[in-house]
Amino acid sequence: MNIIYTDVLVIGGGLAGLRIAVGAKRRGHDAIILSLVPPKRSHSAAAQGGMQASLANVIHGQGDNEDVHFEDTVRGSDWGADQHVVRMFVDTAPKAVRELAAWGVPWSRVRKGDREVIINGQKVTITERDEAHGLIAQRAFGGTNKWRTCYVSDGTGHAMLYTMSDQAIAHQIPVHERTEAIALIHDGSRCYGAVVRHLVTGQLIAYVARATAIASGGAGRLYRVTTNAVISEGIPTAIALETGVAALGNMEAVQFHPTPAFPPGILLTEGARGDGGLLRDVDGHRFMPDYEPEKKELASRDVVSRRMEEHIARGKGAKSRFGEHLWLDITLLGEHHIKHNLREVYEICHYFLGVDAVKEWIPVRPAQHYTMGGVRTNHTGESPTLKGLFAAGEAACWDMHGFNRLGGNSVAETVVAGMIVGECIADFCERAENAGDIPTRLIEEALRCEQAKIDALIDGRGTEDAAALMAEMQTIMTTKVGIFRTGQVLEEAVHELQQLFVRSRNIGLRYKARGANPELVTAYRVQKMLKLALCVAYGAYTRTESRGAHFREDFPRRNDAEWLNRTLATWQSESDTLPALTYEHLDVMQMELPPGWRGYGARDHIDHPDTARRVAEIEALKQRCNSADRFALQAMLMSYAHLLPERFRGRNERIDEMVEEHATLGAR
Amino acid sequence: MNHEPAPRKLKISILRFNPQERESVPRMVTYELEEAEGMTLFMALNEIREKQEPSLQFDFVCRAGICGSCGMIINGRPALACRTLTKDLAPEISLAPLPVFELIADLSVDTGKWMRGMSERLEAWLHMKEQEADLSRLEERMEPELAEKIYELDRCIECGCCIAGCGTVRMRENFVGAVGLNKIARFRLDPRDRRTDEDYFELIGDDDGVFGCLSLLGCHDVCPKDLPLATQIAFLRRKMVTIGWK
Repeated sequence: MNIIYTDVLVIGGGLAGLRIAVGAKRRGHDAIILSLVPPKRSHSAAAQGGMQASLANVIHGQGDNEDVHFEDTVRGSDWGADQHVVRMFVDTAPKAVRELAAWGVPWSRVRKGDREVIINGQKVTITERDEAHGLIAQRAFGGTNKWRTCYVSDGTGHAMLYTMSDQAIAHQIPVHERTEAIALIHDGSRCYGAVVRHLVTGQLIAYVARATAIASGGAGRLYRVTTNAVISEGIPTAIALETGVAALGNMEAVQFHPTPAFPPGILLTEGARGDGGLLRDVDGHRFMPDYEPEKKELASRDVVSRRMEEHIARGKGAKSRFGEHLWLDITLLGEHHIKHNLREVYEICHYFLGVDAVKEWIPVRPAQHYTMGGVRTNHTGESPTLKGLFAAGEAACWDMHGFNRLGGNSVAETVVAGMIVGECIADFCERAENAGDIPTRLIEEALRCEQAKIDALIDGRGTEDAAALMAEMQTIMTTKVGIFRTGQVLEEAVHELQQLFVRSRNIGLRYKARGANPELVTAYRVQKMLKLALCVAYGAYTRTESRGAHFREDFPRRNDAEWLNRTLATWQSESDTLPALTYEHLDVMQMELPPGWRGYGARDHIDHPDTARRVAEIEALKQRCNSADRFALQAMLMSYAHLLPERFRGRNERIDEMVEEHATLGAR
Repeated sequence: MNHEPAPRKLKISILRFNPQERESVPRMVTYELEEAEGMTLFMALNEIREKQEPSLQFDFVCRAGICGSCGMIINGRPALACRTLTKDLAPEISLAPLPVFELIADLSVDTGKWMRGMSERLEAWLHMKEQEADLSRLEERMEPELAEKIYELDRCIECGCCIAGCGTVRMRENFVGAVGLNKIARFRLDPRDRRTDEDYFELIGDDDGVFGCLSLLGCHDVCPKDLPLATQIAFLRRKMVTIGWK
């Protein structure tokens, strides 16, 4: 039997996984990272635009702080987020940026004095403060009230990933490349690691660990048209589901980004609009102000994407042989800005579209971009139902994004969650009760079971083509479980996916090699991905309201009275063709920010009966304590500091909020 | 009006070999397919694998020219396959794996192992002055121009094209290549790194380092990110010579 033992097994070598491993290692625990590809190839690298953290260095960020970031994030989530987790996140985000600065990320910096920028289509001169010179700069992004997105030119994710990966090398953390976790080892209540397939040799190995962390990103490849990398297939999320014990949260919450290049679906950063780019229709008309007078192009992504599709449906799309699209116009930003701050956009247009973005408009259309749902965890990152299983980043439903995530909050979440969950995992490993013996028979049984499944695929007499099933699934998801959803079409989608799922039990391979075998990989992956697709489609069918990115044409209003909850999906038995859904209630009376209008998008939601009561309670509290500072007031509304690992508890210093020596004690 | 020309027939010849399979021998195999509008080598290779040859191996991740997974020899020249449009090539296309790196199979090579080894040898990470920064305090300041200069060198995607295009590495197995020297140049520029030129000399002051380079400029010519590799190597060599003379 092939067994590798470690303290912490991390599945995924992107930003979240690397930071967890570094955190555990710094606390003295051995960690092994499993990665499908060399870790610097991870999809984290694709985050071009930036990372939200309320540093408030630039002049348009002045006055920003944790409170503003908190409100933007909760509104963005359409009140689906866990507000305690959002608080933990916004408090740690500035520390994460500063940690990365200390570790080597070449963040773009503020230059004092005048500079010309484009705001709302107009050239404007802004003046950066002398005292901000040389500090980390921020740019505008959608759904934010302040310029909060810290960035490295146009390669933020790349620079962050390289710095983090280099630090993992410095910490001598082994990364086992070209390995894939295909099942979790568990006994129904405790997770002991994973069965892992080596993608070159085909060998199955049991990785046995005290704590197992899933940090494998999203599942964009459930869709035909997606900005996600080809490795973003959600397999580790699926193996969590396959335990029958761990639950997936809010899988129907899928984000569609407004401006992927059309037709290839390659992401063009939100920074293009943040820096002043405009959306135009077939007539060259800038249409977003007609729909969203307040935020225009910079409303949240779910709103902008829907408005774009709505505008196309009104006959205002530009036509091409691949279908209709709209235009992203960044020509007004000028050649220097485009070739320096938006170089990735320029290169993608040049190489993939043959478009010169300095002079020409860019064809764009919304496409799948982000998986808000994932492995349901509590605030420490641990599954509440399967002990020893953790998740972080896009793979997790922690849950700080609710039903829509803000641009710049995902790459921030990867690192922040990596920091927090890394500490919580170290705490977990240090608790004596978690040191116990690992039953060898359980490991043997898990290995045997997975080997049998692979043998059945290779030696069986199935007739279905794995690649064809994958393509059919992706088409169903893109055409029927997309931006606009209706009950009838979703019902069809669920039915068709169930049929595909049944057919996937009868896959036959043309190529029978046991080692590296792309066809075999597609075969076992599509079986798992169909389960995830069913969680998305069935969750979407069942949720008869519209919230954030989940939009039902037949139920267009957000319905807090009935649906202020989180969907939990479990897969009870291998013979099932549907997940079991339950709902986790969100308590308005515990919320710091009770549900209301987001500040953009639809205004007519159905209130929860508790909302008025909670609003009045908060109002009364504010009246009573009108002399309290913002920290004291916040603590009275919803306390969260005790949930943070001790080393991340200090107050964040800003130019306008210098911290006294004694107040930083908690930071140590 | 508007008659669209018939799509071209592409003939893609691929150097195939799977060292994992005992009976496999290196050979060129040609696949024919119809060109589609906007087709990249990423699309073409996937179509071949789905419709014709399920065993064909290659690596793509981002398919957007940013992750560096898909370096291969395209018509004799190292380049990123995902952002190579077939319409820019003649209908007969030849593909081979990057040399130097350990072959996994067909067009797939192990760049990850090579890059990790290089990073460990060159200690290619930021060596912090203090072990723990106070994360609650304002970050250390940096001149905006310097941050941009560091990012310019930080843009390397470790695709391996410079190694595949390098003459020295064919003669000196342990040569760190442009990718390695560029990393040293990047950390050397960064005031947050505590190392001195004497420290860097220990890492690259020999023939496996900066003195091994023959200035053939292959790396510079093929870098998909247009990094100023030749300039950086020349500059580093001058700096290291001054240390060597001491």
